[in-house]
Amino acid sequence: MPQTDAIKGPVDRVELTVRAAGPDDLEAIIRLDTETSGRAKPAYWQGIFQTYVPDQKGERYLLIADVEGVAAGFVVGEVRAWEFGSPPCGWVFALGVSNAHREHHIGSRLMEEIFNCFRRDGVNSVRTSVSRLDTLNLSFFRSLGMTAGPYVQLEISIDEDQASGP
Amino acid sequence: MKIQKSTTFALFAVLELARDPEAQLSTAEIAEAYDISVHHLAKVMRQLVRAGLVQSVRGAGGGNRFNGNPNRITLYDVVALFEDNLASEFDVAEAGPGAGSGIGRALQSVGDEIEDLTRATLQSITLATLLKHAAKVDGAPSEARSVRTTLQDSLEPLT
Repeated sequence: MPQTDAIKGPVDRVELTVRAAGPDDLEAIIRLDTETSGRAKPAYWQGIFQTYVPDQKGERYLLIADVEGVAAGFVVGEVRAWEFGSPPCGWVFALGVSNAHREHHIGSRLMEEIFNCFRRDGVNSVRTSVSRLDTLNLSFFRSLGMTAGPYVQLEISIDEDQASGP
Repeated sequence: MKIQKSTTFALFAVLELARDPEAQLSTAEIAEAYDISVHHLAKVMRQLVRAGLVQSVRGAGGGNRFNGNPNRITLYDVVALFEDNLASEFDVAEAGPGAGSGIGRALQSVGDEIEDLTRATLQSITLATLLKHAAKVDGAPSEARSVRTTLQDSLEPLT
């Protein structure tokens, strides 16, 4: 039984349900992710489902938003702790809403629900990491009140043919 | 990055107008609300009108009106009208002494990194998001009151 209770209600005249994903949702998530990211990653999502879908009894969540019974969006996140000394916090690492359902606040409702999940787990902050070129998602997360956090993301090219930065 | 006065004034004006897209505010009203020079703001407003972010309404009851979608227009869209670039103050001149050396180029890449982050930050904050944050800072309800509403409220006890 998923820990996340389904929440129902009209969002801008759209009947929306947010619920924990089940094994039967794999195809729908692959479809949504392919549509929103432009790249099909079935093997990746099979792995995510094996890790995040079986119980959802806390700390790992894959939530789906249904509009009139059809999956229209999803969010995936988990509680992470003590990475370079960081106390437990929620992490959101995937979010997608079908193009047909954009601007109906479905992303906001998904985030609201995963925030509730994290609160029940006892954490009081949520992080994510988005490409600085991904202005759509950056603007969305900003609109929720998220700001630059206390940790700085760093990266290095380990391609031997490329020089790294200072 | 150190922004020019014109950029700051433009941000104040656009954000004040975007709070209530139906409202028409005179340049003098905006200038008074933010304690800035009407003359300077008038120049800024002309540039905002030319860029299409503000609509100038003539005649009795006229003024300036926001023109656009606050959920789509970002701080960068306003800043870019007035700033040629977003160079950080950590700016090692590309043509200056030592610029061609390994250390010079490495120092320039640090400045570039800061500039990229500045751009990404400004591009990610829409006017609507900034206004939501401002309302929280003010402790005001999310439906923030416009300058005009505030001025009308302040006059009511006298009438």
